[in-house]
Amino acid sequence: MSNDSYVTDDGRTIGPTVMEMKNITLRFGGVKAITDISFDIREGEIRAIIGPNGAGKSSMLNVISGFYVPQEGEVWYKGAKRPPMKPYQVAGQGIARTFQNIALFEGMTVLDNVMTGRLRQMKANLFEQAIWKGKAEREEVENREKVERIIDFLEIQAIRKTPVGRLPYGLKKRVELARALAAEPSILLLDEPMAGMNVEEKEDMSRFILDMNDEFGTTIALIEHDMGVVMDLSDRVVVMDYGKKIGDGTPSEVRNNQDVIDAYLGVAHD
Amino acid sequence: MFYREAGDFKKTYSADNQTFPIKIDRVGYYLALVVAFLVIPFVINDYWANAILLPFLIYSIAAIGLNILVGYCGQVSLGTGGFMAVGAYACYKLMTSFPDVNIFFHVLLSGGITGFVCVIFGLPSLRIKGFYLAVATLAAQFFLVWLFNRVPWFYNNSASGQINAPERMVFGVPVTGPNTEAWATYLFCLVFLVLSALIARNLTRGMAGRKWMAIRDMDIAAEIIGVNPLKAKISAFGVSGFFVGISGALFFALYLGAVEVGEAFGITKSFLVLFMIIIGGLGSIFGSFAGAAFLVLLPVVLKVVGVDMLGWPTDIVAHLQLVIVGGLIIMFLILEPHGLAQLWRVAKQKLRLWPFPH
Repeated sequence: MSNDSYVTDDGRTIGPTVMEMKNITLRFGGVKAITDISFDIREGEIRAIIGPNGAGKSSMLNVISGFYVPQEGEVWYKGAKRPPMKPYQVAGQGIARTFQNIALFEGMTVLDNVMTGRLRQMKANLFEQAIWKGKAEREEVENREKVERIIDFLEIQAIRKTPVGRLPYGLKKRVELARALAAEPSILLLDEPMAGMNVEEKEDMSRFILDMNDEFGTTIALIEHDMGVVMDLSDRVVVMDYGKKIGDGTPSEVRNNQDVIDAYLGVAHD
Repeated sequence: MFYREAGDFKKTYSADNQTFPIKIDRVGYYLALVVAFLVIPFVINDYWANAILLPFLIYSIAAIGLNILVGYCGQVSLGTGGFMAVGAYACYKLMTSFPDVNIFFHVLLSGGITGFVCVIFGLPSLRIKGFYLAVATLAAQFFLVWLFNRVPWFYNNSASGQINAPERMVFGVPVTGPNTEAWATYLFCLVFLVLSALIARNLTRGMAGRKWMAIRDMDIAAEIIGVNPLKAKISAFGVSGFFVGISGALFFALYLGAVEVGEAFGITKSFLVLFMIIIGGLGSIFGSFAGAAFLVLLPVVLKVVGVDMLGWPTDIVAHLQLVIVGGLIIMFLILEPHGLAQLWRVAKQKLRLWPFPH
């Protein structure tokens, strides 16, 4: 845990630790998905979690978002130990996420999907919403303005009234990002934001991630398989293999770590 | 060509967000309101009120209620008949216990009570989904009918086991009991329908509706982005029960006047309202109206065509009606799961481009 800020080479300020995982162990029956992993996420940084298939990256993200409760270890968030929580309570604390296989609300329009992301900010109760005039309408308009800014930012203006079910894959990924971003999260978890995309779409997505971090100062933790993208985007990288942490540091540190090279390229058995 | 939105620009988000964003729709809506409130009451007679208008208004309220639960929140319910019975018996007990209070408040309170009962029977929805939930609500249907049949307190120990609506006035005009006039009961129901539709629309276009639809479309994702599934489902059951209760109270007090629970609020009622929203369109307020109108008008039209014009026996026509409704439901489920509301949307799209195909 460190509290000092520093400035990166490209001029962004990285703040103190906002989330810290301490000795997390997650078991499914006899299978250890995660073994004794600790790492931290600092304010304003882009933190990548990488590793080969089945390394436990998504399980780690699910622990952070409250979907799995680890058998051992502690999650510290904003300087306090987090008690076991339901996923919606974790979301209420300002942790938003996207999914590896898109989890949008197919029957709703893009606009409604993104507006749903702002449910933490909209407080009118059922009665006030039934009346509509007054608090509910005012909130709706205020939040619509914020949402429109995000729609602008992610360049999905033209499809805002289209039902999500009709959109192609790449746009759906973008809408999902918009929904997560609309929550104004203190930590944004991205589970393989570039899976299944072509080079152009990956470039677009990388630009959005960098701009998000730059403009809104969003702290981002992401899982990604494309090494080039990870090394270019992230400030620090955690490397996992078979549920264990085998490396942690800046991209160049990780790239020269012998354990990481072994995990990715294999070891010669002689 | 006939239906256009070109040039209809919005300058504020509230204008973009209104119920009828397109001008021609808005004009049609106000026109319908004017006709409903200022024209129909003067030309209405007993036959029109009892055969078509009252059932349409009352079933529309029930369909709106059920549509919120099934169409918006995705929780299947087969207990509508039972919940309408709760509204009816609540209204009866309130009318007989507090005769001095205006019946308007009795109907509203009956809705509230039904909402509460609906919430209790909705609690299993947290653990079970789909068909299993449908069976749980079916239990509610049979339990409630049994309860109102067996416990004499609910029907004030009357010898017949029936409940009869005593005469009640609104502004000195009787709306329940034997001496009512068609226009009075019509207007009373219309006021409730308009209020119900407005409230339902406001809820479904705002955050409550989004939470319900999120639960319907993908409940796990909804929970991860912060929707409390307990609150969302329970509120859907409560709001749905409120409208269904109002419709049950009106069905008893204004339309039937005397009710025997097994007959008026049996399982067939549950299915009838469910068919209305399937044919009308799940997840659409307009669909609730369309479905109610369709299933109320169908028997009347069949009777006029079959019995009066073609001279067929009455029982054949009655059976034919069952066949047609059954066939239509299968047809809609296969061809157009979004019902009449979607057909209307497609028709508008075609009108927009007419006479060109694209």
